[in-house]
Amino acid sequence: MNLREAFRVAGQALVANRLRSALTTLGVLIGVMSVVLLVAIGQGARQEITGAIEGLGSNLLFVLPGDGDFGAGPSRSRFTLDDIEAVERELRGPGRQVAASTVGGEPIQAEGVRLNATVLAVSAGYPEVLDREIARGLAFSESDVTTSRRVAVLGASTAEDLFDTQDPVGRTVTISGVQFRVVGVLSRIGGGGTPFGPDQDRTVLIPASTGQRLFGTDRVDSIFVRATSTATIEQERSTVERVLAQRIGEDEFSVISQDEIIGVVGDILQILTIVLGAIAGISLLVGGVGVSNIMLVSVSERTREIGLRKALGARTRDITLQFLLEAMALTVLGGVVGLALGIGGAQLVAALAPVPAAVTWWSIALALGVSVGVGLVFGVLPARRAGRLDPVEALRHD
Amino acid sequence: MTPAAEPPPILLEAAAVERIYRIGRDVEVHALRGVTFSVDHGDYVAIVGSSGSGKSTLLNLLGALDRPTSGHVRYDGRDVRELTDTELAELRNTRIGFVFQSFHLLPRMTALDNVALPLVYREGSPRERRRRATAALRSVGLEDRMGHRPTELSGGQQQRVAIARALVTEPALILADEPTGNLDTTTGEDIMALLESIQAERGTALVVITHEPEIAQRATRTIELRDGSIVGEAT
Ligand SMILES: Nc1ncnc2c1ncn2[C@@H]1O[C@H](COP(=O)(O)OP(=O)(O)O)[C@@H](O)[C@H]1O
Ligand SMILES: [Mg+2]
Repeated sequence: MNLREAFRVAGQALVANRLRSALTTLGVLIGVMSVVLLVAIGQGARQEITGAIEGLGSNLLFVLPGDGDFGAGPSRSRFTLDDIEAVERELRGPGRQVAASTVGGEPIQAEGVRLNATVLAVSAGYPEVLDREIARGLAFSESDVTTSRRVAVLGASTAEDLFDTQDPVGRTVTISGVQFRVVGVLSRIGGGGTPFGPDQDRTVLIPASTGQRLFGTDRVDSIFVRATSTATIEQERSTVERVLAQRIGEDEFSVISQDEIIGVVGDILQILTIVLGAIAGISLLVGGVGVSNIMLVSVSERTREIGLRKALGARTRDITLQFLLEAMALTVLGGVVGLALGIGGAQLVAALAPVPAAVTWWSIALALGVSVGVGLVFGVLPARRAGRLDPVEALRHD
Repeated sequence: MTPAAEPPPILLEAAAVERIYRIGRDVEVHALRGVTFSVDHGDYVAIVGSSGSGKSTLLNLLGALDRPTSGHVRYDGRDVRELTDTELAELRNTRIGFVFQSFHLLPRMTALDNVALPLVYREGSPRERRRRATAALRSVGLEDRMGHRPTELSGGQQQRVAIARALVTEPALILADEPTGNLDTTTGEDIMALLESIQAERGTALVVITHEPEIAQRATRTIELRDGSIVGEAT
């Protein structure tokens, strides 16, 4: 029997049991769809998050409390504003190179509107070091920080939510019952929040010293250092490490470059994507078992047909091929439709949710390859069983 | 086979054929106990015997659907026991046509597709298959029923389709296991007449299992089985 004929026979058999074929295909379809969709979401998140980190500008060093062993849980910061000054003095780079921030989540209100925003108590260099532009008004000055002035710079969303279209500069906002004068508004950077940081547009910057008083601490959560150039980044990193080791001890902090963070975060999200894909793969496997199951039913229902075909001259491999093609037709159909729905679903997610979904070629190839493979693997058992049937026994079957 | 115009007279021979069915661990059924006989080209043999005497078992062996437990079944001098499954399939496809008591038509297929089915397992274009199947259906008088499915045909018509299917490969031998068993008397007679005319006109050997004494009478030879052995052979 040639392939064309085998396809025709398989097609006829599937059409004859439309509902059953459709339901079996559905199992594979859901499996393939979830693989494509979940991998797309995973990849989208990865691109988004690494992109957001890159968006902070290049040549950035992050100084975080603790010895860098993430498994140990969050560490209490031991940095103070004096440490930041010391680092800056030692680096002697051009202009503002070091910034600090302490994070608090205080309710903030103005004009009767009340909302929750991330309050960042920062040193004067913060907008420059982290590449944040001022859209209106001014950033605060060194003296604002040294004199603990009650001034604030609003993130774009914060400003919009509190003051709508009005110019917030010169107005007053209340944070934890303390009044602040708005001196500037940051430009919008977009992108929303990520698991690694708050929505950058929904922030309020206040001077570090003012913030420490407000939060009741003398610590600084993190330090950011912008290296002068890519060439000097390692040298500047050791300077930072030396200074801080002297001041607070070398186990109390760790310095990570932006590239390292992108690498680590990218790796984590890649693993996350693979895990998501694997979980979805299990549903594909279940779909495959469904195919196997229904093919066994089909073989047993058609035992007499198989006996007859053998009596008429069908060889073992003709019968095996026929049933194998039938199984593969089920899974490939499910694969193609599932793929289409997966891609459609990914686009829908990208359009509706803040997380973009990136359909990758490898997930498409994988899903299709796997669905063909599932058809083969789960079709082989029933197909071989069919092929091996004894013609006399099969013809007597009722 | 030699390309000689005159075919060798013996088409198939069974020599001391035994067939033992094993049921479970230690129960054995001796369905055939040493059967020896032969079928010539163009022969017409009737096999008779009571139910359970081993007729179908013998026919399956003659049809290369099964291998004997011991003894030999030879086609054109080739021992069936020494052929692989694939070679047996080819032998069935090229040399043998089967007609069953219960017709064994595939319900989803039209009469034409049912008749063409054996041709699917050999070389040839769909067009050629169609042409030959149409000719076979015509020769059984069903050219106006080609597009019908089995359920849309009477029992006699279904058996005619099955006979057309047996004919379409131009076999050397047609094996019929109680072909009239599911039909009323007149229809049964028509079917036997059709099979006999094929044997007479085409020179196709015919082996029929039957319970009807008249049929046995018309056959060139009659073999009677009892408990798996030949107890009588009449010419
Ligand atoms: N596949 C089988 N397994 C076990 N016993 C069988 C099988 N086929 C036939 N038999 C037994 O072999 C004997 C001969 O059967 P069969 O050839 O069908 O007889 P007939 O066709 O003359 O009625 C019977 O006793 C039957 O029960
Ligand atoms: Mg019988």
